[in-house]
Amino acid sequence: MFEIVDHDIDPQALTASLGHPSCGGFVSFEGWVRNHNEGREVAGLYYEAYEALAVKEGNRIIAEAMERFAIRLAGCQHRTGELGIGGIAVWVGVSSDHRDAAFQACRYIIDEIKGRLPIWKKEMYVNGETEWVDCRECAKHAHAHRTDESI
Amino acid sequence: MSQSVDVSIEYFAQFRELAGVSTERIATAATDAASLYQELASGHGFELPQSDVKVAVNDEFVDWAYQLKTGDTVVFIPPVAGG
Repeated sequence: MFEIVDHDIDPQALTASLGHPSCGGFVSFEGWVRNHNEGREVAGLYYEAYEALAVKEGNRIIAEAMERFAIRLAGCQHRTGELGIGGIAVWVGVSSDHRDAAFQACRYIIDEIKGRLPIWKKEMYVNGETEWVDCRECAKHAHAHRTDESI
Repeated sequence: MSQSVDVSIEYFAQFRELAGVSTERIATAATDAASLYQELASGHGFELPQSDVKVAVNDEFVDWAYQLKTGDTVVFIPPVAGG
């Protein structure tokens, strides 16, 4: 299940929700707020989401991962609002019978989430300036990554 | 005789800040999503070319050729930056 939340993400609770007696592997990814980007000192991030569409598209991405990879359960949460350095902006978890599928599905979900969900981030810099992150370049990187995989 | 449709627009991120509002209702002579974007972009000072923007109507992605109907809720989606 995909969710947008405006409170702290709780990885322990999310991990517990993906337990399954048939699963021998669990992989998770956490996206953290870092203190620098493109050479600028970052103090924090502000996330804004078009929630109705982001939730539909997030659940479509999870359904795609369930179809493409031999996994049992998958879940994802994405934050909105303000986060400080080290805060968890996004969490993805996947459980599967064997580890390969969990690694692949986790990578698939985070890449698609970054490229497709109507979510935006504003960087708040140490010098007091703010700027919406223009991710047209990130989208190209993600596309290149997917193209590499298909070769 | 040209007819207009009444639509609601929701703005997010830089579009919300440039428009100065989160939502607005307008009567427009635009018949498709592309011409509505052109109309609003010039009115609100959106500089992103249409090719860098996506559009959703009633919470689903649609093509730029989508024919607007009265009651539609339209969202223009600037380049996303989740994660």
